[in-house]
Amino acid sequence: MSPARSRRLWRIAAPLAVGAALLAAWEALVRAKGIPPYILPGPALIAESLWTDGPSLLGSLLVTLRVTLAALAAAAVLGGMIALLFSLSRILELSLFPYAVILQVTPIVAIAPLIIIWVREPFLALLVCAWIVAFFPIVANTTVGLNSADRNLLALFRLYDASPVQVLRYLKLPTALPYFLAGLRISGGLALIGAVVAEFVAGTGGAETGLAFRILEAGYRLAIPRLFAALFLLSLTGIVIYLVLDGLSRVLLRHWHESAIEEGEEE
Amino acid sequence: MRGIGKRFGSGLTALESIDLDVGRGEFLSLVGPSGCGKTTLLRIIAGLTEPSKGERHLSLAAESDGRMPFGRVGFVFQDPTLMPWSTVIDNVLLPFRIARRVGPAERERVGIEIRAVGLAGFERAYPRQLSGGMRMRVSIARALVTDPDLLLLDEPFAALDEITRMGLNEDLLRLWESRRTTVVFVTHSVFESVYLSTRIAIMASRPGRIAADLPIELPRPRERALRTSPAYATLCATVSDQLARAMAEEATSPATLTHPARSLSSGRDPRGPVGAGSPLSRTAREGDERSEAGEGGLSRR
Repeated sequence: MSPARSRRLWRIAAPLAVGAALLAAWEALVRAKGIPPYILPGPALIAESLWTDGPSLLGSLLVTLRVTLAALAAAAVLGGMIALLFSLSRILELSLFPYAVILQVTPIVAIAPLIIIWVREPFLALLVCAWIVAFFPIVANTTVGLNSADRNLLALFRLYDASPVQVLRYLKLPTALPYFLAGLRISGGLALIGAVVAEFVAGTGGAETGLAFRILEAGYRLAIPRLFAALFLLSLTGIVIYLVLDGLSRVLLRHWHESAIEEGEEE
Repeated sequence: MRGIGKRFGSGLTALESIDLDVGRGEFLSLVGPSGCGKTTLLRIIAGLTEPSKGERHLSLAAESDGRMPFGRVGFVFQDPTLMPWSTVIDNVLLPFRIARRVGPAERERVGIEIRAVGLAGFERAYPRQLSGGMRMRVSIARALVTDPDLLLLDEPFAALDEITRMGLNEDLLRLWESRRTTVVFVTHSVFESVYLSTRIAIMASRPGRIAADLPIELPRPRERALRTSPAYATLCATVSDQLARAMAEEATSPATLTHPARSLSSGRDPRGPVGAGSPLSRTAREGDERSEAGEGGLSRR
């Protein structure tokens, strides 16, 4: 087996082995000590609950996922546009950036109730909450990226009399792409957190209930295995979002950016 | 007719009263220690930096409204300065893309130019897949693709190893000999400049100025064997001498410590604080020196 392939195998096998060992230890501990399931259920019980409650939990997952993805899309589009405005006007950046920071550092739990009061439509309210959490890394990263164009390349564009739009299109946007994608990867996780927090605060989101509300509900009813099952689904969703965005970034940058170049692939 | 004559009288803080005429078809090298304003001078010629004093004049083909016509000037930077997200083809095509002129004829030109710099077969490669020397070749191809009247090179080979550098010297010489584009070449290598040039302007720093202007009358076409000929050695010695003299003068001024070899790293010209007391006397003397040394340089064409 080539070293590159065996390394790739290890990358998958090693964490899986650790996970399996941890689960086994967990199960053994629960059985040996006789811990009641309403305190800490074993993995087997959680898996069983995942199987039986799966369909209904999956429906709730879809609700949460919809908020998350919509918020992420809004963060990508609006965040990118705000960054673009910032890069076009230094004054705009100087005067507005502090407010973006304020929005970012204010705990979403604290402002979510206000947003839910102000925005009548539940889906929209959740969306706004998740967006507030998710948009900042994209704005901050993309702004840096748009301002990072190579000085000599800028001079070259000037030499050939390029218009500002051409500089943006052929130079600044490609330069900013890796920064934007790095921001997007962070925002993916944050959008999910934002959606969950908003659901926690909003309680039942109208007719449809999201996964966060199912966690609350399971907690009240001491249905701890189901709580764990919902938690598991939530983590899984976060991981999948990360992997998808990471893959997207790799595909888009595979030809030229260091971050997307596999070890040992170098000619 | 496309005639080139650049008149030059500028005074940036980095440059003091520089007069320089470059005749059409000349290969002029600017040699000097780092920090003497070679790069700044080159950027002024290109129009990338405005002189704070004096004026530059380019007589180029079809110069109508005072604006430089498209692609008459090619510029090669110290670094290859390629777009890492674009293939070799797209990098070389950039000037046409900016001019919104990407047709079959332009693509043809790009292909020819890539072959001319010896990169046939690498058209679809990305810069990171190329060696430093090959990247520099792409950069040269991009500068030449518009068939410029004037090619400006800013220490293009400074970061390359000796062997790659020799190879690129040969190639640049051949490209120039076949087209006779006017070239202004910034370098700090005496040997390189003597080998390539028809004329060498030696620069000194603080303030940046031209200390000597020497014609290089070596036979053409020049080949590798020239590097070992006595005439070449004599000229190298003369240029080194002049350079040493220029720097010795400078060493008498108090705030100066010059390391001619220390230049690879930054590539930026120190644009020091504005020298309030600009030495007019120096200008006069410098003018004398030029007139005695410069005659041969202007005799070509």
